[in-house]
Amino acid sequence: MAAKRKTPVKTRNPDLIRGVGKYSRSKMYHKRGLWAIKAKNGGVFPRHDPKPKAPAAADKPPKFYPAEDVKKPLLNKRKPKPTKLRASITPGTVLILLAGRFMGKRVVFLKQLTSGLLLVTGPFKINGVPLRRVNQSYVIATSTKVDISGVNVEKFDEKYFAKEVQKKKKKSEGEFFEAEKEDKKKLPEGKKEDQKAVDATLIKSIEGVPELKAYLAARFSLKSGMKPHELVF
Amino acid sequence: MVKGRQGERVRSKSNQYPNTSLVQIEGVNTKEEIAWYAGKRMAYIYKAKVKKNGSYYRCVWGKVTRPHGNSGVVRAKFKTNLPPNLWEIESESSCTPAISKLWWTGAE
Repeated sequence: MAAKRKTPVKTRNPDLIRGVGKYSRSKMYHKRGLWAIKAKNGGVFPRHDPKPKAPAAADKPPKFYPAEDVKKPLLNKRKPKPTKLRASITPGTVLILLAGRFMGKRVVFLKQLTSGLLLVTGPFKINGVPLRRVNQSYVIATSTKVDISGVNVEKFDEKYFAKEVQKKKKKSEGEFFEAEKEDKKKLPEGKKEDQKAVDATLIKSIEGVPELKAYLAARFSLKSGMKPHELVF
Repeated sequence: MVKGRQGERVRSKSNQYPNTSLVQIEGVNTKEEIAWYAGKRMAYIYKAKVKKNGSYYRCVWGKVTRPHGNSGVVRAKFKTNLPPNLWEIESESSCTPAISKLWWTGAE
């Protein structure tokens, strides 16, 4: 067989209607370059002798047959894509978190991670929201934008936020009855440093805009008489 | 959260269809205004005497599906059908009013 092409060739003979090609047989002969191949081969179409077949390995009957035919699950080659980012969400947009621990907080959007989640930061100093992942559905995008050109978000990815795998410790009899000495989970220093690094540039650009700092520090809530469908974010 | 009041079920003159409830959302008065709420999730919150999962409040989740009529009433489908006696509950002053609150998460 001829080597597979990396990009499939667009058909040389486009359909006029289904079943009727644009070019006739003789035209196609010319298009496919069969005349050139023949000329190269001395007027005859090249013919390759079939390669000698490799001796087929002796088929051993399998040791074990399942009692009933086992169905093979169909192949699934689907690769999920990250969720489409709403047009209103661009790096630097102020988002309002709608659910979870930081419900109502106004927060700065940094980037979308490969899983589709949004990477977001308070900044921590302003409203207590750390570098965090958030789902796009649980967020309202406002039209306020913060300049985050100075922030380096390259190093944050899904692995950064993965839970640390805790090694299961085997308990001996004595330890079993002791009160469980669990170390309180402390934030590793590295993460604190990362937070500070990201926030430092952010806070500078935030302080440049009048009242933005107080805006980010305040929580959003629906007050009496506010109609969400009439609000412009 | 926006509050809404439970209406009746979707019905014709003598038949009720319990899988869809009608909800009147506060402050919404026309069919056009409903567009913003379509697809938003709702929760019917009510109190019970027994604590469950650490709280006396219980809730049934649902979604706004489509507008109903021209005046801002909305059709909603809940995970389990809402009880038909909510109008009764509202009129009784002693019981907690049947509130359904609208959460605007999901399908924003």
